[in-house]
Amino acid sequence: MKFERFGRLFVAIATSAVLVCAALLNTACEKRDTQGGPTGQSDAGLPKEIKVGIYMPMTGPTATFGTSSVHGFQMAADELNAAGGINGSMVKLIVEDDQGKPDEAKTVVTKLISKDQVVAVLGEVGSSRSIAAAPICQQNKVPMLTPSSTNEEVTKKGDYIFRVCYIDPFQGEVGARFAFETLKFKKAAILTDIKNDYSVGLSKTFKEAFTKMGGQIVVEQTYQEGDTNFNAQLTGIRAANPEFIYAPGYYTDIGQIAKQARELGIKNEVPLIGGDGWDSPKLWEGGKEALNGCFFSNHYSISDPSEHVQKFIKSFQEKYKGETPDALAALAYDGAKVLFDAMKRANSVKGDKVRDELAKTQSYKGVTGLISINKDRNAVKSAVILEVRDGKYVYKDTIAPPGMTAEKPAAAEAPKTAEEPKKEAAAK
Amino acid sequence: MLQTFIQQIINGLALGSIYALIALGYTMVYGVLRLINFAHGDVYMIGAFVGYYAAQKFGIASASGQISFGGALILMMTAMMASASLGVVIERFAYRPVRKYPRLTSLITAIGVSLLLENGGQVLFGADPKFFPILNSAVTYTFGSVTVRLTDIIIVVVSVSLMVLLQTIVLKTKLGKAMRAVSYNLDAAKLMGINTDFIIAFTFALGSALAAAAGILVSLSFPKIDPLIGVLTGLKAFVAAVLGGIGNITGAVLGGFLIGIAETMAAGYLPQSLNSYKDAVAFAILILVLLFKPAGLMGSVAPEKV
Repeated sequence: MKFERFGRLFVAIATSAVLVCAALLNTACEKRDTQGGPTGQSDAGLPKEIKVGIYMPMTGPTATFGTSSVHGFQMAADELNAAGGINGSMVKLIVEDDQGKPDEAKTVVTKLISKDQVVAVLGEVGSSRSIAAAPICQQNKVPMLTPSSTNEEVTKKGDYIFRVCYIDPFQGEVGARFAFETLKFKKAAILTDIKNDYSVGLSKTFKEAFTKMGGQIVVEQTYQEGDTNFNAQLTGIRAANPEFIYAPGYYTDIGQIAKQARELGIKNEVPLIGGDGWDSPKLWEGGKEALNGCFFSNHYSISDPSEHVQKFIKSFQEKYKGETPDALAALAYDGAKVLFDAMKRANSVKGDKVRDELAKTQSYKGVTGLISINKDRNAVKSAVILEVRDGKYVYKDTIAPPGMTAEKPAAAEAPKTAEEPKKEAAAK
Repeated sequence: MLQTFIQQIINGLALGSIYALIALGYTMVYGVLRLINFAHGDVYMIGAFVGYYAAQKFGIASASGQISFGGALILMMTAMMASASLGVVIERFAYRPVRKYPRLTSLITAIGVSLLLENGGQVLFGADPKFFPILNSAVTYTFGSVTVRLTDIIIVVVSVSLMVLLQTIVLKTKLGKAMRAVSYNLDAAKLMGINTDFIIAFTFALGSALAAAAGILVSLSFPKIDPLIGVLTGLKAFVAAVLGGIGNITGAVLGGFLIGIAETMAAGYLPQSLNSYKDAVAFAILILVLLFKPAGLMGSVAPEKV
């Protein structure tokens, strides 16, 4: 009898294990349907098929980051291939899911490089993941370009690591300058996701910039991604009576934070201000009206009237059934195009040659602004400030890096005064 | 200052009542079976998801994601029934086959079931967070600068009444008497004509229904749900159960409130550089209690049967 029971249990476990494996395999196959056969890679010239690896969080708490980015990459690749590819060679994208976990990112990037033999790697959004995977690309001398990881550390991992977005010191400064100069706020509270490199970095640089300008940090609180109850921290913030709360976390938590803040009696007049980690359609779902009047710094605005931006938005919506591209999709699109452009100029897929050409990228006209790669392999560009208003992200301001003047969209020259900080920018 | 303190106490009670509600399930299963059901936190998660999908299926939630009291009650009933069935299935297929082996076997099986539910949940529901509908009459009461949310009051009231109900079932009914008999000695209970398999299945059904009730109540209050919400919450509820004296129903509720208040105070009053350690507080308290009072605050020292 004992053995019989054991046997049945074993069968049950084995069956479930097989089912789970089958399910995993199935999804893996679906993801890899863009994969082709092995490529013959010669020293000179381009192979017939250029394989580019992508690692993104296709599942997990930040899944919308991954979906948006892959849409952007795919659109850039499809447009390129339709126009004849890179000097006649077609680009194939191989997408791997890292589930938003740094360890998983290492695993899938190793697989992309060793098994799929990709010639370049695109990814990730989350800085923690990019930091984990960058050393692997560096070691194998495979150029890695992250479209949207803003933490400073990412490109410090080696000279094969690039990005097409600005970095956190600048983004933190943008938040501080916007609050201090545009909104005329002097008293800030900071609420950081302590487990998140991105959030910690942004809070740090915000604090430095804001206090340097003469502002005051009245209270600092922390939470961890996945927390659902922020009442303790918010009660502390309420007691310190700040004019705004700098909360550079991810969209998954911000909605809840805003909601609980309002329930505790922190009114909408005390806005939350954050960074590009807020940028997701799901942000609004989590917080709704509690988010009205909050601001975040971002990479581009869909109300930018420039022709190439509007063209991008239009073709994106046609391709993805009316989905409006968020900043991550736009950055991914730009990132992929910058990479393809470098390959075209190099007329090679050899790591060092592509690397050299990537480093030479100057004033590339992207959807997210002019992209110039500096000596630290970071892009130098302006940030936009968006205001959350009834489920829409309305353009509010453009803030340029020091020494550059902001090229503000003409449609958005709305008066912005401290007396009416909630006034919507006149977006046409 | 005082008002902030009172507010933090209220925040702590609200958080603690959640732990208390989940701790009840842990403590009851342990009380009867001497089994720590590590999958309990995940049954709580399943309960929340059943409610989420039921709200969509039945069309209870309005377009803006709000539900009425009646709607919430229907969700709670559905989730409790679904989770109770799940509890019975888990007991039948995971725990019963290993019941006669050493206790460690069941413990490892429980961890396995927990992992299965967490990862199965990610496959089934997707890992990205979902937002549970909220009560359309979710009001807050304000006294000076102290605010109390109606949903928090509901959770406190429900967890205390469930505690009383459980006490009554265990101490006053025939079924409860059978449960206590099974807890005392399984073989002897069997010899006395008690259908032990049924009693154990019933215990699991009851515990899982409690977890589902907690899942719905918590989701009404903190609407963000994902397949891993049961992990840390379940662990802290387990700590609460041990703190109060595992197996003791009143102790579980007391432990839940203590852990909730301690965690909130840690987040609110520890210096800036330390307040990210709030999650560690629950575990530090557990270690201290186990050092000085190994049976927990209200637990009785039971001599090990040999």
